[in-house]
Formats: sequence, structure tokens, C-alpha cells
Amino acid sequence: MIDPIVMKDTYFRDAHIMDPGNGVDETGNLYVKDGIIVDFGAGLGLPEGAEMIDCDGAVLCPGLVDMRVALGEPGYEYRETIASAAEAAAGGITTLAALPDSRPAIDDPALVRLLTARGEETGSLTILAYAALTRGCRGEELAELGLLREAGAVAFTDGCQAIASTRLMRLALTYARGFGAMVVVHPEEASLAEGGAATEGELATRLGLPGIPAVAEAIVIARDIRLARLTGGSVHFAHVSTAESLTLIRRAKDEGLAVTCDTAPPYFDLNETAIGDFRTYAKLSPPLRRESDRMAIAAGLVDGTIDAVASDHQPRDADDKRLPFALAAAGGSGLVTLLGITMAQVHNASLPLPRAIALLTSGPARLLGSDAGTLVRGATADLCLFAPEHAWKVVAGELPGKAQNTPFDGRALEGTVLGTWKAGRRVYTR
Amino acid sequence: MLQIEGMYPPQITAMLDLAESYVLLNRSGKTQRDLLRGRTLINLFFEDSTRTRTSFELAGKRLGADVVNMGVSTSSVNKGETLLDTAGTLNAMQTDLLVIRHGESGAANLLAQKVDAAVINAGDGTHEHPTQALLDALTIRRRRGRLEALTVAICGDVLHSRVARSNIHLLTTMGARVRVVGPPTLMPSEVARLGVEVFHDMKRGLADVDIVMMLRLQRERMTRGLVPSEREYFRFFGLDAEKLRHAKPDALVMHPGPMNRGVEIDSAVADDPARSLIREQVEMGVAVRMAVLDILSRRARRND
Repeated sequence: MIDPIVMKDTYFRDAHIMDPGNGVDETGNLYVKDGIIVDFGAGLGLPEGAEMIDCDGAVLCPGLVDMRVALGEPGYEYRETIASAAEAAAGGITTLAALPDSRPAIDDPALVRLLTARGEETGSLTILAYAALTRGCRGEELAELGLLREAGAVAFTDGCQAIASTRLMRLALTYARGFGAMVVVHPEEASLAEGGAATEGELATRLGLPGIPAVAEAIVIARDIRLARLTGGSVHFAHVSTAESLTLIRRAKDEGLAVTCDTAPPYFDLNETAIGDFRTYAKLSPPLRRESDRMAIAAGLVDGTIDAVASDHQPRDADDKRLPFALAAAGGSGLVTLLGITMAQVHNASLPLPRAIALLTSGPARLLGSDAGTLVRGATADLCLFAPEHAWKVVAGELPGKAQNTPFDGRALEGTVLGTWKAGRRVYTR
Repeated sequence: MLQIEGMYPPQITAMLDLAESYVLLNRSGKTQRDLLRGRTLINLFFEDSTRTRTSFELAGKRLGADVVNMGVSTSSVNKGETLLDTAGTLNAMQTDLLVIRHGESGAANLLAQKVDAAVINAGDGTHEHPTQALLDALTIRRRRGRLEALTVAICGDVLHSRVARSNIHLLTTMGARVRVVGPPTLMPSEVARLGVEVFHDMKRGLADVDIVMMLRLQRERMTRGLVPSEREYFRFFGLDAEKLRHAKPDALVMHPGPMNRGVEIDSAVADDPARSLIREQVEMGVAVRMAVLDILSRRARRND
């Protein structure tokens, strides 16, 4: 007989309880028993035997759902392991969706099951697996979408590569539709992006860096919206970064097409000047854009065009980055800064707090078909407790986890995670 | 010395004045041969460039430095050593002056962060080539007496040219009017924001200019489809006597070398002693590099 897991029941006192997916935004107490949210409310008393956490008015929301994360495993363990990514609990994240363009690519049902199981082993993280849209993420022939879906793949994507062939993309959207699955696109026209290191324009010209025209993004988005209309398939654009992309997506949504998108913190917090003097830690894919695009993305968070904010975590080793700019690997780490940078839009711009939390919890959960990201009674108690006004500073080299390649080094942030709970068990304490 | 961008007019003027004095000393054979005695200068060339390397070598030797040439073919970079490993090695050797030529933009900036030596950028990717711009400016100033209010046309493959970028920064900073002339496929995005006028027609671009600076067209640009053929390029953008007629009657012609005769420049123009400054540019190169080595080693010399 297996020993039952000993777990303390927890009573959160005086919390700002926030569950935007269910319209909850109130001050009160919340009770977790056996890893399940039993009840919450202003009048809820301290149950006998429960451990009390005095929240002192801090925000208690669902554990964050990060819908775009590259794990180092399998294949790039020198960059990060699943165990080190699990330290993402420090960022309040309890569920993440892992990209399939690893080595090997996640294009076999057994790999989907493995990845999911590896998440469970950490005890602090639910890993949802994206599966490869094409075999080996090579963009040539469709992967076994049905079998992969059956094994638990939440959606299909080739990771950091758009499908170059229009015919293949049409086929993918059509076939995936039969399994009710969404196709996630890295919107960047490959032949325009080839060899590029920065957004084409004055800055790239001054630095002598090969440019990628910003329109490389809108070209793929325009094409794939038309294919979604043609096929009835469901398409999601990852890390959108330009004003023009949002205009196209807004129009597609108005038309009622199954088109959604996310963005990542660098695209509403930084602009291209962050790469000035060849700072490779700010080399990302897609590259940082001009200020007018950054402002449009920030506005898209508020007006609802953008459905989710994902960290777009891309772990890189120092050796991947300590190279001349064009040779350095693109990508930034983002797990532990996801909440803080999003909160900067609450503090310094016009993003309402409930909308910010929705973009980090219920929004991505809905897209992924996950039952995470909610505080309904009877739900698994994945929780994030954070002090929205408490300040901290991002220091590369001192962040939790292995990947230290943050584009936000030196940034002062307001919004500090105080604790994270996975299925009622405390997995992070500040 | 990593880039011209960000330099102020008095800094540039001071450097040109010092270089001017080295021109006179070189011509009279009275160079102070012990200024850099006991100092080590390493030429670190990841790209072949006989003329720039030789120019730095000569400049260093005329000032009495110990000059070592490290070519990429003889170094361990081919064995997977990174630029920063190389930097660490050179640091351990207590190098005073490090001249770097590299195929990647920003390579000199990266190296400068990691070594104690004074770093001189001898060309990084398509970013900058500051000593070339200084020697071009010195050449012009000696012939025309000034840089201010001159009109200079920089012609050809501006997109891939570090020489063009450094010259644009220097000349606009010093008050010259700069035009860039070339096919739209060889123009960098938003180049007008650097303070230049853009032309795609040589005759219009050269109209009434004081100086015509030709750029080298590298053959691999053709294979990438940016220009359909050499003969088409020469027809529309190669400098010949006919096109040069649109410039001022006494307009001067420059080229950073090495030239592709019959591609971007006609031999009749390149070799015309009345118009071509190409040889003089080479002479000024040594003087400018002596001035740069002199200035960059001053702090170390003061500390001794």
C-alpha cells in the first residue's frame, strides 16, 4: 500500500483574490484542503488544523500559465534542464507549454508522454507539450498529428520556424482541424529573415547589422489568416511584435475566424535601442522593433487583440551569447521576469490589473484547453501570491534557474512573487 | 578607437592635425623613432587585408613599437577558439595596442570590453573602418584646405561598406554635404537618417560635387542577386570620364582599394594623376595610423 501524501491544509488570510477568468476580484480568505480549493470569501473563517498564511492584502491569483517556453531538454541540457526550469516557480508559474523544436524534436507520441511525465516528476510544474507540426520540425511532411494529440499534445507548431510552403501550411491547418487542434506559428517569412540579426532600419544601418524587415512578420500572418479562412482551421500567432500584425489579427477576429495571438514581455517593454552597442542579450527572435511597434503591442494588451502574454523563454548559455552580434544566438530567458514586466504595464501604462492577470492565467489556459488558470471551488490549488508594489531588481547571474540570458538585466521592477503553490503544496517561498 | 560615430569635431580636427605633422616628418625622414619603444602592437587580422595591415605595421615600426602580425590562418581561431579566448591570450601577453580586422560588425567593440590593451578597429563587418575615414579626410583636407561645405559623393555598394559608414559619420560631423549614389538594392535601409542625400543616378548624384569616393563592389554581391551583372553595374554605376564630367571641373576621385578596374572604376580615371587621389590616400594612411597610435598610447606613456 502506498503512503498517502502528507499535505497541510492552507488558509490564506486577507488576500486580494483575483481570478479574472471567473470575474473574481475581491478581498477575502481562501481555503485549500488536500490540494483542492475548497472555498473563498470575505467571511470564510479559519478551519481547524489549517496552516494560516497572512497575505496582508497581497494578490492571490491562479498559478501563471506560460504558453511559450523552450526547455533545454532534450538536447540542450547545457543551457537548461527541466529541473532548473522548474525554478520558474520563483516567477509564479505552475504550468508551462514546452516547444517541440528540441533535439530530438517532439514528433513522436512517446516523447510527448515523456515530457509530460518529466514535468510531474518536478512536483512543481505541469508541462504541457506542444508537438511538432512536421517531422523533425523540418517543414517538409506532416507529423502524426492524431497520435500525438492522443498522447496529450496541446497544439502543434514547428517552434521557431514558420512553414515556408503555403501548400503544406494549408494541409496542416486542414488536417489539424479534424483533431480539433490549433496550429501555433512563429510568424516570420524565412527567406526575408535569413541571416538577419536586427530589425531593418536606421539602427541596423548604423550598427552595420544585416536587417530583417519588420514586414516579414505581417507577410506570414496575412497568408495564414487567409489559409485559416480557406480551411476553417485554427491558427495562433506567437510573440507578435508589430503594429501591422495586430491590425491584421484584429480584422480576422472581427470576421469571426479562429485566429488568436500572444506576445512576450520584450515586445511591450523594450524597443530596438536595447541592442545598442551590440548587446547580444537583447538579440531576440523576432528582433526587437521600433518604438511605435512597442506602443502598439502595449495597446493590444489593453484592447483585447492579444490573448495571452508568454515568456518566450529561450535559455542560452554564456558561450552562445559572447560572440559578435550576428553570430550570437537569439533568445532571452523570461520565466522569472514574466510577471514583473507585465506588471510594469499595470504600474506605468494603462493595463488594468485583472486584464494583466487574465493574460497570464485564464487567457493562455483557454487557448491550450487546460483546466489550469482558475480559482473555482473544486479546482486544483495552483496558486501565485505576489506583492504588486514590492520592488526588486533583475540582475543577470543572480536569477533563479540556470539560464541567465535576460534582456532585462538591471531593470527595476515592481511586483514580487511571495509564494507559489502547486496542487496545494508550497513550492516557492521568497 | 572603435568608431567615428559619436566623435566630436575638435577630436577629429586634433587627430587630423597630428596626422598632418606625421606626413611632414615622414617626408623629411625625421620621424621620432622611439615614441613607442618597448610597446607591443599586435595586428589581429581575421580577414585578409594586405594594405591595411601593412599600413599599421609600418606606422607602428616608424614609431619604434614591436609589431607582431597575427593572421587568422596562422592562429588557433580555425581550431574553434573564440574571439574572446583569443582576447584572453593576448591580454596575458601584455599587449599595449591591438589592431583588429574582423568580418563581423561589433567584433572590435566586443574585444575592447575584454582586453586591457587599447583597441583600434581596422574594419568590423559592415559597421565601421575609422582610420580609413580619417585618412580620407586628411587627403581631402590637404587638397582642398577644409572639409566644411564641400560636397562629397560616396558611390557604389553603400549597403555592405564600413568605409561608407565611417566616412558618412566623419564628413557630416565636420560639416561636409554627403551624397550616397548607387542602385537601391545596395543602399542601407533609412540611410538618409544618417544625414545624407540619396541618389540612384550617377549623373545626378555627381552633379557639381567636389569629391567622388568610389567603393569596392565585392563579387559575391552578384551571386546574391543584388546586382544582375558586372557589365550592367559598370554601365550605370562605374565611374568613367563621361560620368565624371558631371562633377565640378576640378573634382577629385578617391577609392579605398583594392580596385576592381572595369567594374566600379575605369582605369583611365583611376590612373589620371590630375584627378585621382588614390596613391595619396595610401600615403596618408600611414600618417593617420601613426597619429592614432600616438594618441591611444599617451595614457600608458604618462603612467610610466
